[in-house]
Amino acid sequence: MPSDAEKTQDPLLEVRGLEVSYGEVPVLHGVDVTVALGERVAVVGESGSGKSTTAAAVLGLLPGRGRVTGGAIRFRGEDVTHADESRLRRLRGREVGLVPQDPMSNLNPATRVGAQVAETLVAHGLARGRAARERAIELLGEAGIEQPERRYRQYPHEFSGGMRQRVLIAMALACEPALLIADEPTSALDVTVQRRILDHLESLRASRGASLLIVTHDLGLAADRADRIVVMSKGEVVETGPAEAILRDPQHEYTRRLVAAAPSVNASKVVAAGSTRLTGQAAPAAGEPSARPLLEVDDLVRTYKVRGRREPLVAVDHVSFSLQAGTTTAVVGESGSGKTTVARMVLGLEEPTSGEVRLEGEVVRTARGAARRAVRRTMQPVFQDPYASLDPTFTVERIVDEPLRVFKVGDRASRRARVTELLDQVALPASVGQRFPGELSGGQRQRVAIARALALDPRLMVCDEAVSALDVLVQDQVMTLLDDLQRDLGISYLFITHDLAVVRQLARDVVVMRSGRVVEHGTVDEVFASPREEYTRDLLDAIPGAGFFS
Amino acid sequence: MTSTPVDPPVGGPPPPPTTPGSEADLGSRRGRVVRELLGNPLGLVGGGLLLLVVLVAVLAPLITAYSPTEVDFDLPFQKPLTEGYPLGTDDLGRDVWTRIAYGARASLLVGLIAVGLAVAVGTPLGLAAGWWGWLDAIVSRLTDLMLAFPFLVIAVGLAAINGASLTGAAVALGISQVPTMVRVVRAETIRVKQLEFVTAARSLDASSGRILAQHVLPNTASTIIVQATVIMPVAVIGEAILSFLGLGIQPPTPSLGIMLSDAQQYIFRAPSAAIFPGVAIAVICLGFNLFGDALRDALDPTSRR
Repeated sequence: MPSDAEKTQDPLLEVRGLEVSYGEVPVLHGVDVTVALGERVAVVGESGSGKSTTAAAVLGLLPGRGRVTGGAIRFRGEDVTHADESRLRRLRGREVGLVPQDPMSNLNPATRVGAQVAETLVAHGLARGRAARERAIELLGEAGIEQPERRYRQYPHEFSGGMRQRVLIAMALACEPALLIADEPTSALDVTVQRRILDHLESLRASRGASLLIVTHDLGLAADRADRIVVMSKGEVVETGPAEAILRDPQHEYTRRLVAAAPSVNASKVVAAGSTRLTGQAAPAAGEPSARPLLEVDDLVRTYKVRGRREPLVAVDHVSFSLQAGTTTAVVGESGSGKTTVARMVLGLEEPTSGEVRLEGEVVRTARGAARRAVRRTMQPVFQDPYASLDPTFTVERIVDEPLRVFKVGDRASRRARVTELLDQVALPASVGQRFPGELSGGQRQRVAIARALALDPRLMVCDEAVSALDVLVQDQVMTLLDDLQRDLGISYLFITHDLAVVRQLARDVVVMRSGRVVEHGTVDEVFASPREEYTRDLLDAIPGAGFFS
Repeated sequence: MTSTPVDPPVGGPPPPPTTPGSEADLGSRRGRVVRELLGNPLGLVGGGLLLLVVLVAVLAPLITAYSPTEVDFDLPFQKPLTEGYPLGTDDLGRDVWTRIAYGARASLLVGLIAVGLAVAVGTPLGLAAGWWGWLDAIVSRLTDLMLAFPFLVIAVGLAAINGASLTGAAVALGISQVPTMVRVVRAETIRVKQLEFVTAARSLDASSGRILAQHVLPNTASTIIVQATVIMPVAVIGEAILSFLGLGIQPPTPSLGIMLSDAQQYIFRAPSAAIFPGVAIAVICLGFNLFGDALRDALDPTSRR
């Protein structure tokens, strides 16, 4: 562990009392971060904590009207706080490499991938023409891209998300920078891909002896990948220390809450210990082993015709599972596994090619009239993006009221009372009813979406990545809310997610999907403690922080 | 795993006490748009020009000294700033300022009718085309067909069929602008229908009509309004062109287009009789364009500076 090497020499990067303002409003208040030579430092915080702003300030890449209004940034002892553009240009790329967050938007879609890597070399005057090309191919190869010569000539759309991130890593490393800044480098990627990329990034970094400043919202990932963790909240550093100390013995109140809420950390604790569950969810044997499951998914198949291909694309391939009333089943898989298509077919938003979905014995697809209405009332969705799932032109009251109006439940006065009651159930004050979604935070919006789903007293809620877009602490609160609702109202959840850590906390049963097929199906305890399939084991191992507690 | 009271359920200051369903709760959004508009200098200029034009048009009888058709053969081709004739007179001795004020009336009237027609026909067609895929094929091919012709060709043709009159010109211009309206509304509908709140409504089995009216239309409203401000100056110019060609408003009723047409014979003798109506058209169009741009920026939440 090189963590105690930090004081032995001058730090490579030293940020002291950094204050950054947008217009007149300061968003960073005296941030201190140091990165020693060869050290790996993680900056952890929720959205709006200022972690990305700190990284952007170091690179002189503050967006819009942002500027440094106080403090100093020193790189190898040189003050670059207010360096001019030409100095910054040499700093960026040449001395400090950046691995940006979104692999989808950070490559020019109209230019060949290889040329974009070579451009970095040419721009910094390190190589030209044929030499730049050869070096770029070499870099692509080092970044883990197979057949780099062939790939060099391809365009970004021919690359998967993980491959694009590798290209971005190749670009960041092109000039052999002494410091690598990675801003949420793998947040947009699947867990197994995330792990491979981070492993690779780490080996490249280690072989070059470069330092790493990694910005992430995931405490587990930070613990896995960094020697030292800097915890930020509301533009301030609240705690800093060796990764192990932060996780095992957090000092600051905020860090303690963050550690307690971090699903990946909790899940990996369980995985490591192989112990029983942590949550107080209704015990598996929920009293009455009812004969008929609430939801039955029976041999579901969904294929799509793809232009230019004779074989239809099989998105969902003979999927079957069932869900007992009052319990939670999670469908887990990576992108492209078909889990969302399953959810859409369960909700009746998409027709299965074959197979059927039964809700309380009623086939969703063929239900008509009163039976159809009963199906609709029994099952309600909660979606991923709390920004897109609420109509911005509606007041909260009207949003929550909508299902009641569509189903013509009660009169105006009784509906208004019901809305107030629903808002109360999701711990929102009645005054929120007159506000618009745009005035609410992400967590509040998701509570409104849950209140809307609750309006018709459903027995089943289909949650498609319902907590994935939320910050850790808010995510924890929403999951607690869902848990409480299950206990109080006996609601069942079908939980679609890519996040195994979330599964651990919420679900009794888990269905693991890959390429449209169910690869493993069982109770969470069984599957987590002793996964039968290699793929499931890969997924579990890939949870950031998994290695930390083993 | 107990709830940690980190993020109090409602952050920020408590909302102002509002009576349910009152105007006050809409105030914040509307207020923001107005603030944004007032903070945009170009928008202010555009709004100012529009206000000026509307005031002149509405108050025309009060701010002019003559009838727009009053002929005075003793005083043709008076220069601007002649006593009693601030912008001079034309070949028949009619007061240019009076005719511009009444002409602006005609321009705005034609513009409003044309825009109203384009919105009234184009919005439902666009909504339907964006919502139902099978209908899209038909509607879009028809709009493509219409867009293949320059709008003026269509307007001239329709005006010839409708007969040369103010309403005839207005209807012709309105119809010629329907395709652009359809396209814009269709594109917005396709965008909005993919949003999750529409999926949420669909999973309630809410009817298509209900979803279109309650969710899609309000979310496309700002685009429709902005598009209307784009169509308006096109219609104003279109009216001038049709009248200039004799297919619009008929003499002696004043119209900016007719004034231009009359003045061109005497362009060297009395250029002012052509310049001022031209400037008036430019002011109206500039006003709408600047205001429309500012409105678009103010209504678009992603253009926040």
